[in-house]
Amino acid sequence: MTAERPEAPRASAIRPYVITRGRTESEGEPLSWESLVMTADAAFPAALQPEHLAILKQCEGLISVAEVAAHLGQPPSVVQVLLSDLLRWGLIVTRPPIPPAERADVTMLRKVLHGLESSL
Amino acid sequence: MVSKAPSETLAGAHPPPAGGKYLDSNVAGAAKILVVGPLGVGKTTLIGTVSEIEPLSTEASMTRAGVRVDPDVDSGKRTTTVALDFGRLTIDGDLVLYLFGTPGQQRFLPAWRDLAKGALGALALVDTRDLAASFDALDNLEDLDLPFAVAVNVFPSGPRYDADDIRAALDLLPDTELVTCDARDRTSSIRALIALVRHLIHVATESS
Repeated sequence: MTAERPEAPRASAIRPYVITRGRTESEGEPLSWESLVMTADAAFPAALQPEHLAILKQCEGLISVAEVAAHLGQPPSVVQVLLSDLLRWGLIVTRPPIPPAERADVTMLRKVLHGLESSL
Repeated sequence: MVSKAPSETLAGAHPPPAGGKYLDSNVAGAAKILVVGPLGVGKTTLIGTVSEIEPLSTEASMTRAGVRVDPDVDSGKRTTTVALDFGRLTIDGDLVLYLFGTPGQQRFLPAWRDLAKGALGALALVDTRDLAASFDALDNLEDLDLPFAVAVNVFPSGPRYDADDIRAALDLLPDTELVTCDARDRTSSIRALIALVRHLIHVATESS
């Protein structure tokens, strides 16, 4: 299942950085609680730790870091670290939170406003 | 591959309501808003009213230096945890909004810092029966420089005050948005969030 994800090409040592869209400082900058994660279409090592496996099972569909933590009954801080491992190993992909950096993104705010008004 | 295990133990604990456990695959990103206030002010009620999933709860551990002000946590080897309830709402098809309920006490400020990072803003809930209980939450928001709106959660037994009186009691700035809501009512709660986001747009366009 190597060629199915053009946005996450396989078999490269730098691939995790591609997935995180250049966020190379992931050691010190954990995934945020609202970051969305999902398992990659990759076979994973049989020797995976149960903790990692448990997380992968929660990520069969698109889901936030906070939800994974809540479903597992684990503190998000722990799940963030384990997810970082999985991300580095290419076993999950992420969709970065919006907005990535600045909160004062008026386009985003207008989209949220419109969405809320539509959901009334 | 990870197989879809029908024996998924947690599936029963969190039955998937409308929308289910997983987000629609069209969702491209997430935004978050904090719902802050003292214990019992209605944070979890509001989140549950708005959320498309049953509110989830997770415990954030606080191990950082910021616990200095808390006499209960003195030794450094002890950590304290703070329960955070949250929910989500998929809007516009491709965006999911997370609402994180954040307890207001000053000693939880460290737990706020991570959460506040990247947050659009905060809705500060207040209860007219105990306005002073909201002081810490409002102080924290100012410390973090997170834009916010204040929503008075109207309890049937709570005294009714003029908006001006509430503003004075909470020492709100003239341009701070103040609304009333009923956290048990979906339309009312979403209107409070709309008031917040309108305010955030106002703040963002003022500062740019």
